[in-house]
Amino acid sequence: MNVLFDWLIHPFLEFSFMRRALVACLALGLGCGPVGVLLVLRRMSLVGDAMSHAVLPGAAIGFLVAGFSLTAMSVGGFVAGLVVALLAGLVTRFTEQREDASFAVFYLISLALGVLIVSTRGSNVDLLHVLFGTILAVDDVSLLLVASIASVTLLSLAVIYRPLIVECFDPEFLRSVQAHGAVYHLLFLMLLVLNLVAGFQALGTLMAVGLMMLPAAAARFWTQQVWTMAAVATGIAVLSGYVGLLLSYHGNLPSGPAIILTAGVIYVVSIVLGSQDGLRGRFLRSRHLQA
Amino acid sequence: MRFYLKYLVLALVLIVPTAWAEPLRVVASFSILGDLVKNVGGEDVTVTTLVGPDGDAHVFEATPADAKAVGNANLVVVNGLGFEGWIDRLIKAANYKGTVVVASQGIPPRQLKEEEAEHAKDSHGQDKHEGHGHGLITDPHAWQDLANGQRYVANITAALAKADPAHAEAYQRRGEAYLAQLKETDQWVRGQLAAVPAVKRKVITSHDAFGYFGAAYGVQFLAPVGWSTESEPSAKDVANLVRQIKQAGVRALFVENMSDPRLLKRIADEAGGVVGGTLYSDALAPAGKPGDSYLGMFRHNVPALAAAMAKN
Repeated sequence: MNVLFDWLIHPFLEFSFMRRALVACLALGLGCGPVGVLLVLRRMSLVGDAMSHAVLPGAAIGFLVAGFSLTAMSVGGFVAGLVVALLAGLVTRFTEQREDASFAVFYLISLALGVLIVSTRGSNVDLLHVLFGTILAVDDVSLLLVASIASVTLLSLAVIYRPLIVECFDPEFLRSVQAHGAVYHLLFLMLLVLNLVAGFQALGTLMAVGLMMLPAAAARFWTQQVWTMAAVATGIAVLSGYVGLLLSYHGNLPSGPAIILTAGVIYVVSIVLGSQDGLRGRFLRSRHLQA
Repeated sequence: MRFYLKYLVLALVLIVPTAWAEPLRVVASFSILGDLVKNVGGEDVTVTTLVGPDGDAHVFEATPADAKAVGNANLVVVNGLGFEGWIDRLIKAANYKGTVVVASQGIPPRQLKEEEAEHAKDSHGQDKHEGHGHGLITDPHAWQDLANGQRYVANITAALAKADPAHAEAYQRRGEAYLAQLKETDQWVRGQLAAVPAVKRKVITSHDAFGYFGAAYGVQFLAPVGWSTESEPSAKDVANLVRQIKQAGVRALFVENMSDPRLLKRIADEAGGVVGGTLYSDALAPAGKPGDSYLGMFRHNVPALAAAMAKN
């Protein structure tokens, strides 16, 4: 019992940076869970990845203007992400181009711009390192930011939930009963960018998408209800954070990848054991039919 | 033909003296040596520095422009002690045939243990460090002791005088004056550190460059346990560093090259440490900032160290 306590709980009691990292995971999971689930349902899983790159030039400009300021980099990242989302959305709505293509185009332009800006500022503070972030460094300000974004996300989703779901499954129907279907789509994209900005404070841009998409994709194997799925995704995200941090602590592994790989393992387990459309159902059923 | 010959002779008569008056072209391997050469050489030399301010001489990649500078040089000044692993290849590639001055010539080299290993043992007992070799390597950062700096200046003065005998006297004069400044700064450093009680003279730093400084001025530099500047830190690394700070009772933290400056702040907050700011060790600051010259580096580092150690 004591050994278990030492392994599972004591690191969090001894070190406040471990507690903060865990709380950051909880806040991130609360925001990213539902957003990730909606991305999966809307078949926009890769848009999250694209948007995470789109944030880069804004954060870089924020860094150039205000130095190492969390506020400036967050605001910059948010604005850049939003511009890319808006442009891609506009192109999709008003031309024949499909959404995946327009997102790919604008995020690539944005990424190249970001790398360009980072490179011109070739000082010893490597901005790319900053953008990779580490959850062990989360301070009060970033924690507040991440928690606020999670709250805003949950409240906004509660408000626009119904039209958003309708738009997910039948955009034509929504257009026929309500004029502003695109507004919900844009609001949702805004929430996506917000959550990515929260994620890059804690995990860096690349890992943030991982905590958004992997738990959501795994949750798909456990339930079919959208809200339940979001709750399961949040649970998986928090569990990944907890296990990942313990792995990083006991196994001397970098924390960001440890967390995301834990989520990856949970995803694989969900594929095999999940109650909805998982491998378990398929193989059990086939055996049942044979017998 | 004779007509042309006249002009040729005239041209030679006009060109040759100006060629002789041209300053000596010196290439220095990194910014600190560049500063030393400028101080001794004055207007009689033009100095090209290969690894500029804020550059890292350990991982330097020579460009074609660097090779050209070396190829055109009259004199190349290097630190030696294995600091510039790339210099031999560069000299060969640039087809430079002149003298290579080793500025650290005559300084007894200090052996650098794998400090991590050494420290992991005495703070944790059984917690031995894994992986890297335990071999001794020569510590190249000899310039961090101002007594060694005086030897550098003497070596550079002699080399310049030999390469450009016409201005030997000027080199001697400037060398002497600069040596006096070095001696004065050395006294000043000792005075500054004397204000800190001997037991408090401990600093945790990720720089491995202060061995000579610590030996000369009686400051203990502890390496952060298990800290690698290259990889992303694990929760275990951070926890170990926090424990180390608490156990050693050291509050002065000069841990740089971290992937995220916020992490250092977090560690300092948690362990009750004080983030000491920037120390210049291998390279000078860009011109115009404090620490942009060899002596300015001491004027910057020493008060920063003293202020942080006073809080131990």
